[in-house]
Amino acid sequence: MKVLVPVKRVVDYNVKVRVKSDNTGVDIANVKMSMNPFDEIAVEEATRLKEAGKVTEVVAISAGVTQCQETLRTAMAIGADRGILVETAVELEPLAVAKLLKAIADKEQPQLIILGKQAIDDDSNQTGQMLAALLGWPQATFASKVTLEDGKVTVTREVDGGLETLSLTLPAIVTTDLRLNEPRYVTLPNIMKAKKKTLDVTKPEDLGVDVTPRLKTVKVTEPAKRSAGIIVPDVATLVAKLRTEAKVI
Amino acid sequence: MVALVIAEHDNASLKASTLHTVTAAAQAGGDVHVLVAGSNAGAAATAAAAIAGVSKVIHADAAHFADGLAENVAEQVLAIAAAYSHILAPATAYGKNILPRVAAKLDVAQISEITKVDAPDTFERPIYAGNAIATVQSSDKIKVITVRSTGFDAAAATGGSATVESASAVADSGKSSFVSREVAKSDRPELTAAKIIVSGGRGMGSGEAFKILEPLADKLNAAMGASRAAVDAGFVPNDWQVGQTGKIVAPTLYIAVGISGAIQHLAGMKDSKTIVAINKDPEAPIFSVADYGIVGDLFDVVPQLVAELG
Repeated sequence: MKVLVPVKRVVDYNVKVRVKSDNTGVDIANVKMSMNPFDEIAVEEATRLKEAGKVTEVVAISAGVTQCQETLRTAMAIGADRGILVETAVELEPLAVAKLLKAIADKEQPQLIILGKQAIDDDSNQTGQMLAALLGWPQATFASKVTLEDGKVTVTREVDGGLETLSLTLPAIVTTDLRLNEPRYVTLPNIMKAKKKTLDVTKPEDLGVDVTPRLKTVKVTEPAKRSAGIIVPDVATLVAKLRTEAKVI
Repeated sequence: MVALVIAEHDNASLKASTLHTVTAAAQAGGDVHVLVAGSNAGAAATAAAAIAGVSKVIHADAAHFADGLAENVAEQVLAIAAAYSHILAPATAYGKNILPRVAAKLDVAQISEITKVDAPDTFERPIYAGNAIATVQSSDKIKVITVRSTGFDAAAATGGSATVESASAVADSGKSSFVSREVAKSDRPELTAAKIIVSGGRGMGSGEAFKILEPLADKLNAAMGASRAAVDAGFVPNDWQVGQTGKIVAPTLYIAVGISGAIQHLAGMKDSKTIVAINKDPEAPIFSVADYGIVGDLFDVVPQLVAELG
């Protein structure tokens, strides 16, 4: 059985982005880029399923600029067998990505697609659910445990107030939450091996998908700044300030 | 223009997130209808009809709506979607799960986690863990939106007198089924609705150490939260996590104990009215957003604070 894992190239987790002075976006020139952390968890999960003998092939997919090939190589160094890049310079919205992934899923016929629950750049949290709807498949989002068995996947989800377990018939969509697994460190030999794996490049036009953005970004601004407050010398002062100055207790 | 709000509920009652979403809907779309898709959810529908500003409640009842499965609820929304200019749901685990399915089937972009309505087609939403605010304009015929509760006041839960209309339920997708739920029982207020939150971080050192925060939370009738570091370390359950990928909160008072203040954590709490930080490291970034800071060992400071509160 085949698993697809979409991966996104995003500004690294540790980078604090700056808003451009003309308010057209954030400045990502010369900023470290990495695989979206939730997608790394997705690749790790698919790889573990393969290592456990439940899955025969893991295919990583990315959509975006040429440099997304690096992200795909990372996925292959973790354990994906091959990669597909849908190359485009258009800034892709989740709906466009979901349509591209649907076109690839129609060709590849996977039984399971594992995605990160959200990308840490646009924080949309949409693509997996949209893809599930377009394919007419069931979904289990925010997964903290995934168990594959005959024709079914049982998923424990992180929801408000606790955990919830669902059973889905395959084919199905799963999106990952933080506690699903801890991705392995990629080793040098695996990075070398990944360079020899197949990486196919295609284009949205080849897949018959219109990726024109639907939303217009009017502007991007800095959030309202919180000014730093004061350090109080002791607990008595703190309680007095909370009572009389902030009036919150 | 009429806006449809997807109610988040447990069949017996509405979640507070629904009230905040109604406020956003009224700002965006004028007239507000609420969809209650549930199982034996008459009480939730009645509660929705009482919300100030709601003119109609659509109640679809079926056993396969009992657990809020995304496949079934999304289909129910789609069955009535054509009549609306806006479709909104709370940006909670519930709403985030369902709404993108609706947007994809309508072939429209979804606008996630809005914090402000600038115009019926223009909305503000945080990106990059709240380090930037994007203003986006949608030209789609139906605007599909999730709403961050902290950006909008709650609509009054009473005072409205909407009509309740029954809608025939869509069929069960049959592709997913609910197995079980483990809900943490707590007498404390819910994290996203609490007026005061006491939150612990990696500095707590262990799950056992979180017990030191309990008397403080008791005294203040506070909810308890945590940073991702504390959750990842297994100190506390995952649903305590406050931050970019956890819960977004904006209480009146947020007390951060042993939390250094990674940007991902700040993204989840920096809109709190008053922030108190207790940390032994005077250089901790949390102090840059705190109104009041105490530099000291939390194991000394927290008991003193409990005592001082009397």
